[in-house]
Amino acid sequence: MSAAARTGLPRETAPSGLGQPQPVAETTAPTPQRGGLAVSIRGLEKHYGERQVLRGLSLDIVRGSFVAIVGRSGCGKSTLLRIVAGLEQADGGKLNIGAARCACEERPDIRLMFQDARLLPWKNVIDNVRLGLPRSALPAARDALREVGLEDRAKDWPAALSGGQRQRVALARALVHRPQLLLLDEPLGALDALTRIEMHALIERLWREQGFTALLVTHDVQEAVALADRVVVIEDGAIGLDQAVGVARPRSRGSQEFAALEDRVLTRVLQQHADEPAAAGSPAEQIDALRMTSVRWVI
Amino acid sequence: MPATSTSSLPWRRFGSGILPWLLPLLILAAWEYSARSGLLSTRVLPEPWAVAKAAWHLVQTGELWANLKVSAGRAFAGLAIGGGLGLLLGLLTGLFVPAQVALDSTLQMLRNIPPLAMIPLVILWFGIDEGAKLFLVALGVFFPLYLNTFHGIRTVDRNLIEMARSYGLSGWRLYRDVILPGALPSILVGLRFSLGLMWVLLIVAETISSSSGIGYMTMNAREFLQTDVVLVGILLYALLGKLADVAAKGLERLCLRWHPSYQ
Repeated sequence: MSAAARTGLPRETAPSGLGQPQPVAETTAPTPQRGGLAVSIRGLEKHYGERQVLRGLSLDIVRGSFVAIVGRSGCGKSTLLRIVAGLEQADGGKLNIGAARCACEERPDIRLMFQDARLLPWKNVIDNVRLGLPRSALPAARDALREVGLEDRAKDWPAALSGGQRQRVALARALVHRPQLLLLDEPLGALDALTRIEMHALIERLWREQGFTALLVTHDVQEAVALADRVVVIEDGAIGLDQAVGVARPRSRGSQEFAALEDRVLTRVLQQHADEPAAAGSPAEQIDALRMTSVRWVI
Repeated sequence: MPATSTSSLPWRRFGSGILPWLLPLLILAAWEYSARSGLLSTRVLPEPWAVAKAAWHLVQTGELWANLKVSAGRAFAGLAIGGGLGLLLGLLTGLFVPAQVALDSTLQMLRNIPPLAMIPLVILWFGIDEGAKLFLVALGVFFPLYLNTFHGIRTVDRNLIEMARSYGLSGWRLYRDVILPGALPSILVGLRFSLGLMWVLLIVAETISSSSGIGYMTMNAREFLQTDVVLVGILLYALLGKLADVAAKGLERLCLRWHPSYQ
């Protein structure tokens, strides 16, 4: 398996064509914005002082697809997302989003969801959702809040919400702009496991309904496999594995296909620092091996 | 005993409403008793009843009201000038780095001079006019507001600013929606400090020299050995200080409704 993973660099195309990743057109009426933005990244470079974070990373994201980026802390995955969001500038390489050449700020069609909700504590929920929009956007903000199931909390202060509710408000705040590209920077990292599963279903549903392109950065391999059409593993600032996820939606975490994919990606993520030994070991063994090596680093 | 557990809640409410007043009332009673029995000379401390009578007399002659108006006017004019300047300069240095570079180190240096140390100089500059009192109060309230405004703006959560920028907020809207509300808790703390200092400085300024105000009233009464009027003046200062503090707290409660500690 791991040998396959190593050679798996060229993209393995999934049976379900990535161009139309939603086998869903069944119920909801097609929304006008279906399509989203395509992202093309070529030879992206970024360093902070001496430390090189991205080394010539290239990645193409098909419009309307859901791509998850997985990797260890410090592998450069968040930096990549921040560059795509326009929060940071790359030192080299090319980035195209849709037709435009830059990811400058002030692009209403690109929205970023942060790890922490980053709601303004002095604005109530509905005003947070319509941040940066005129008063006329109030109905749209209400709709977005209804989408995430929090319309009855519109007048509450963010301090009165739970962590999961705050992230749902943050999601509504991103969606009210009708983004064509939604960037998710470990948005569920701080939530408990049950809330996380609920949020997966919510994000997946909204993605299917609204048809934006989604780029999710996470360190949770299961989350990546549950949500994405394609899981990309980043190692040392470049792409280590590019794995299509052909599992039909809605996905059941218990299925064999799901487990096999999760195992494969996890193996790859764990492998990179576990030197030689656990090439064929189970993920659990590798976690142990990893703990030992990381403990050594810490010391 | 077991009966108390059933009726403990109203009792506890009664207790927490009454208990804090018990000690002051006891002190008052002891004071009244020792003054009447002659243990305490009326020159040192007149009986509470005499103080109340003096206060009532001052109210009736209109003296109290006139002096109160003058003192409060001075205090709030000083606060408006000094506090307003502190707020403005704090905003300026907090928001614009060049202003900070140019001004902050000088202001930090001046901050270390206690305002009361300026009294001789203030008298030389302004004589014993209104100007002297206003200057002293304004100088005292300037620094708490300046420092807390500056600090408040500088410690607004960077992540929130980054988020707001990525949602298209910039310029005035960024200040109005993110930076100023973020700095507000700190600014209000500065205001409360300033209010405390305001009365202290006013008392000193009025006691040194003046021809009106509560300070004048008490100093004048001292000349005529009217200890009861002196006490009325002291109690008035206490009352005004308390009122200012309550007002500041109310303002905080109003402006920081969103804050977890006010919910």
